[in-house]
Amino acid sequence: MSEPTSRITLEVNGRDVTADVPSRTLLVEFLRDNLGLTGTHVGCDTSQCGACTVHLDGIAIKSCTIFAVQAQDATVTTIEGLDPAADHPLQRSFQRCHALQCGFCTPGMIMAAASLLATDPTVGAAEVRGALEGNLCRCTGYQPIIAAVLEAGKELAG
Amino acid sequence: MTPFVYHRPTQLADALALLRDEQARPIAGGMTLIPTLKQGLAQPAALVDLAGIDVLYGIRLADGVIEIGAMTRHYDVATSPLVIAHLPGLADLAGQIGDLQVRNRGTIGGSVANNDPAADYPAAVLALCAEVVTDRRSISADAFFTGMFETALEPGEIVTAVRFPAPRRCAYAKFANPVSGYALAGVFVGVHAEGTRVAVTGAGPCVFRASAIEAVLARDPAAASFDAALLGPDGLASDLHASAAYRAQLARVLAARAVARLT
Repeated sequence: MSEPTSRITLEVNGRDVTADVPSRTLLVEFLRDNLGLTGTHVGCDTSQCGACTVHLDGIAIKSCTIFAVQAQDATVTTIEGLDPAADHPLQRSFQRCHALQCGFCTPGMIMAAASLLATDPTVGAAEVRGALEGNLCRCTGYQPIIAAVLEAGKELAG
Repeated sequence: MTPFVYHRPTQLADALALLRDEQARPIAGGMTLIPTLKQGLAQPAALVDLAGIDVLYGIRLADGVIEIGAMTRHYDVATSPLVIAHLPGLADLAGQIGDLQVRNRGTIGGSVANNDPAADYPAAVLALCAEVVTDRRSISADAFFTGMFETALEPGEIVTAVRFPAPRRCAYAKFANPVSGYALAGVFVGVHAEGTRVAVTGAGPCVFRASAIEAVLARDPAAASFDAALLGPDGLASDLHASAAYRAQLARVLAARAVARLT
């Protein structure tokens, strides 16, 4: 039996995309392998580490635990689409605060934090920690990440 | 993961017709099913995605009963003004499931139908005398959860909503496994006109009522602690995460915390 496929149409980083993919293709595989958007990382592939976090219709989800076909008609934003000039307040504050070392978790951290700050840029450290519970970093010890998110929040809140 | 055919019906009747095929499985948020498929522990020939069926969404209040559609996400339950006002313990519970990204995908119907022994929702459903509504009937919580990953659902039957009669007061207390976020033990206390119900998840092979603790609360509604004789290790789970004795201790302490937290 040949592999069952599905035709999917969705918007990724402002661009309309249509493709025929095996139905079992994960969204993260589609983003990386079909669209070449390799900023979204696969860490654990078990929904634990959050490195694959993207926005689906504006909210943070783990793209390793959703099939591409489930994103039919949805709007997906990856780290590449967060800011056209890669100059989002979070991207600047992560650099300023040294909120990364190896950088593997960073796209997921930033996408999860961006989702939180879009809801409320005035959140405090406890809310930031809560919202990033599903994102693991093995380098920084988290403190600079919390600081970076709070700084970006201040900038976004004006 | 084995290949499967994907369906996304927009009508409940169409989903039910597709699920008459024994090789088909419904998928809700997929937070448990997709990891299960990756591990090869389930190999369905077809997945029937319930996400396109509008009637499965939403939170409504009618005649003192809060009805939550099966496809309602944990995030929406945690932040719903209606749930916060009438079922504060349930909103608190939903906000403690997994992590933010998981709460943005996972659904109440999926969690209840899966009946993971360490899932949070079954404790609330049981302690709040909820009714699990399916495409063909309504099942009381006492009859719904029948064993580890087992429910009263028949083949091809799907959960469409859960109905919670508003309690006088309720609260949830949980000790989460720090890696998975699942409950090593979790206790939901619901105070109703008919009496107080105490449901324990995570500690045993299936959610259960702590009847000896309920009996103490019937005499002393503000009991601050529960001694070891009221909930022992017999029948509880022992694994690499915790012994049965430790889980029993956790459950007794969490029951007291939930009682102290009742709002």
